[in-house]
Amino acid sequence: MPEPEEIGRRRSEWEKKVAKGMGAETMSGVRLKLLYTPEEISGLDYLRDLGFPGGYPFTRGVHPNMYQGRLWTMRQFAGFGTAKDTNARYKFLLGHGETGLSVAFDFPTLYGRDSDDERAKGEVGKCGVAISSLADMETLFHGIPLDKVSTSMTINGPAAVVWAFYIAASEKQGVASEVLQGTIQNDILKEYIAQKSWLFPPEPSMRVITDIMAYAAEHVPKWNTISISGYHIREAGSTAAQELAFTLKDGLTYVEAGIKAGLDVDTFAPRLSYFFNSHLDFFEEVAKFRAARRIWAREMKETFKAKDTKSWLLRFHTQTAGCSLTAQQPENNIIRTAFQGLAAVMGGTQSLHTNSMDETWALPTEKAVLIALRTQQLIAEETGVTGVIDPLGGSYFVEALTSELEKQAYEYFEKIDALGGMVKAIEHGFPQREIADASYRFQKAIEQKRRTVVGVNKYTLEGEELEIPLLKIDPEVEREQCHRLADLRRTRDNPKVKTALEDLRQACQGKDNVMYPLMDAVRAYATLGEICQAMKDVFGEYAEPPMF
Amino acid sequence: MLESTTSRLLEEFRSGDRRACGRLVSVVENEGRGAAEVLSELYPLTGRAFRVGITGPPGVGKSTLVEKLARLCRDQDRSVGIVAVDPTSPFSGGAILGDRVRMPSLFTDPGVFIRSMASRGGLGGLAMRTREACDVLDAFGYDFIIIETVGVGQIELDIASTAHSTVVVLVPESGDAIQMMKAGLMEIGELFCVNKSDRQGADRLALAIESMLGLRSSQDGWKPPVVKTVGTSGEGVDALLAALERHRSYLVESDLMSARRKFRVRVEIKELVEEKLKQKIWSRPEVDARLAGLVDEVMSESSTPYRAAAALLEFIRADSREEV
Amino acid sequence: MARKLRILMAKPGLDGHDRGVKVVARGLRDAGFEVIYTGLHQTPEMIAETAIQEDVDAVGMSILSGAHMVLIPETMRLLKEKGAGDILMFGGGIIPEEDKKELYKMGCGKLFGPGTEIREIVDFLKEKFPDRT
Repeated sequence: MPEPEEIGRRRSEWEKKVAKGMGAETMSGVRLKLLYTPEEISGLDYLRDLGFPGGYPFTRGVHPNMYQGRLWTMRQFAGFGTAKDTNARYKFLLGHGETGLSVAFDFPTLYGRDSDDERAKGEVGKCGVAISSLADMETLFHGIPLDKVSTSMTINGPAAVVWAFYIAASEKQGVASEVLQGTIQNDILKEYIAQKSWLFPPEPSMRVITDIMAYAAEHVPKWNTISISGYHIREAGSTAAQELAFTLKDGLTYVEAGIKAGLDVDTFAPRLSYFFNSHLDFFEEVAKFRAARRIWAREMKETFKAKDTKSWLLRFHTQTAGCSLTAQQPENNIIRTAFQGLAAVMGGTQSLHTNSMDETWALPTEKAVLIALRTQQLIAEETGVTGVIDPLGGSYFVEALTSELEKQAYEYFEKIDALGGMVKAIEHGFPQREIADASYRFQKAIEQKRRTVVGVNKYTLEGEELEIPLLKIDPEVEREQCHRLADLRRTRDNPKVKTALEDLRQACQGKDNVMYPLMDAVRAYATLGEICQAMKDVFGEYAEPPMF
Repeated sequence: MLESTTSRLLEEFRSGDRRACGRLVSVVENEGRGAAEVLSELYPLTGRAFRVGITGPPGVGKSTLVEKLARLCRDQDRSVGIVAVDPTSPFSGGAILGDRVRMPSLFTDPGVFIRSMASRGGLGGLAMRTREACDVLDAFGYDFIIIETVGVGQIELDIASTAHSTVVVLVPESGDAIQMMKAGLMEIGELFCVNKSDRQGADRLALAIESMLGLRSSQDGWKPPVVKTVGTSGEGVDALLAALERHRSYLVESDLMSARRKFRVRVEIKELVEEKLKQKIWSRPEVDARLAGLVDEVMSESSTPYRAAAALLEFIRADSREEV
Repeated sequence: MARKLRILMAKPGLDGHDRGVKVVARGLRDAGFEVIYTGLHQTPEMIAETAIQEDVDAVGMSILSGAHMVLIPETMRLLKEKGAGDILMFGGGIIPEEDKKELYKMGCGKLFGPGTEIREIVDFLKEKFPDRT
């Protein structure tokens, strides 16, 4: 290695040949240099800041062998129409080499409302599958052994209820809850920030979440109880640094809540996992994933004094950026998704969903979803990128960018702390406004052509017509689903449902874990809407803060 | 003479048509042709509503409080009109009017009418035509009218001349009492509301306000009460409404209501005359031409703005005499 | 004084995707319009009532949930019923061509798809309301 002085001298010589003002910006607005050298990472200490895979601070990966030991889980987010329709799609995906399930629910379900709710009109089964009761959940996993698959469920406001449906459905299959594997998203903070399918105000929501953590520790030990999600924050228009900062701050807030509820950090922290977006700026995304691991490990070890090394690991699922896809020339989306999937793998993801090319138009067709799955299989088995762990580690650029994103995240942490923590910041509308500002800036950049979107503001096709087939949801789905619900309400033991709901209300008012009466209500076939209403009766409903 | 569309609107308005009410607010807001006539027509119908101003710095929860206050009035079977003012962007002249976000429970209540207004250069947290918009809602028959001002740090006196009772809303984080006094808030409040009072420091703030009020020169014998509320849960809003009612009774019994009305009418007439005069003066091309000449003189340093103004006034006077 | 263009930007149904509606609301403000924003989860009844009380010139619906064939016609029906059928309805979101055609037939104004620039929406509204500022 040459002396730093020598590098600096040669660098100045090179700089003389470089035109002034050169250097780009990342997608998120981080100013870049034209060249990175050892100077940019002179403060980096290998053992302190990078370490070895499977060891603190996990910058290079959470497992010692990474993909040579085990590939990431290929998990395609899917759900549409009725439980029966989606069940068929799951069997199709599992048949083609998918290794985990991921349930997409429709808006009424995400919002804790039954399919026959007045306000659900027109949305039943449209953006995901409609699940209104245990009966629907039984159908959803009919013929899929729940002791053999791991299932991720994107559900937040009513997470406790839908998780209870799943546990009860496994009981019906004769599977013990102790062996169940999977994840509920259950990340209410990012709902307030970005995805907006909330039910209760923050305080009771946080209480239900700690109840879930306690119940899982006791009865469903292999379950990931919160998937702390940056995906939706990014989709709502945030920058990479905002995604990183707000998501990790959410995660740290859950940890605080768990500790405050009297739980030992090491009993629940190992069951927390993350969910990030993988966007188009390749290196920025890789750096983001690496920075996330380092921040989490440090905070868990240093700030929260977790002792179990599993509490320090930031394990994450990744989905490629839906918001980067274009309606124009949709086939280009296959290529965008491939780059994003590659970034996730270079960033050390534990599981991956790759978007389908037709998703700006509708839910994906079978053909489109198969191409998306093949994209992952291609990355895994043809490109050779899985052979070496953290192959970009040590790159002057990637290390510098990793540290830069980490620094920006801590700057946001400080601002949030100054507002009194994440819940207060949300009530002030702080993260919401930061994201809305970023998304407006981004839109402006596209309109002023400072950012290229191929096929949209450059390289467009005149008179382009859509040539790919789209999946249509039959309006019959809604009627069918309402009929089934009506049947259920008629045939179940209604006095039992009533008692169960009353017990649940009681538990909500008191301090007992709500999961127990909730499980009983679910077993009695109380519906999602009924259960959520009983809880709202006690907890109230959240109202969004003013935005502008 | 009223245009036929306007007289039809008035007719629909009198028959209780909400669309017509909305449209007439637009007519007075835009000062379109017929606005003065419309207001004149409606004048006999006004004067029945109790008008309450809700003001205070940004982020104190005014909209939430307005919603809760309106709900409470509705429980008492009183109809409610709400005028919510948001700022106009000085750059584009556009505005995003977002106060409704906090009031969804009122949207489909037939006894509530909410109108958002952009400030359009109005001062003191009000829109240019807030008072006129209130007149329309008053004439339509709403019992209780709530005016929510822009969340500005600096409050001027406009709200006090538009509403019967002005509530100044503060939160424990609002800052110390000295700052509030500097901002003029202590002068205009007939009621003070410490919102978000479940937070730390609420009692301290309430005490600070009360001691500041002790120093305030009382002109009319009314001692402003300090009410603690939690807008999100509705706690204390009943006490706020009761305090407002007490203030209203006080205004009526002490004859201040009519004295204020008299004062308001006087101000209103003066403003109308001033506006007409202004319009009359500046719409004349010869005045504009003379002004341009005078500006040049000042720019070339052969005159000063003061001398130019005197010269222009003389010109206008002479010009008007000729016209007459 | 020329009347300012007043637009209601509405987010109907349970769909929580409000990135688009907020970007458009800001864009319209920056074009000099007065924009009323009512927040998420609006029913057609709420939207129609708001349009009337606010006396808006147009209602822009943002729908990404696939429920457009229910929510747009229902809101238009309610506006008509309340004597406000003249208020222009337009929208944006993920709306397939064939559904667009059907909605246009019902009298709905332009429906903008993904990749639309704000300028296009501004131009559309200015053209529809030449006497407003």
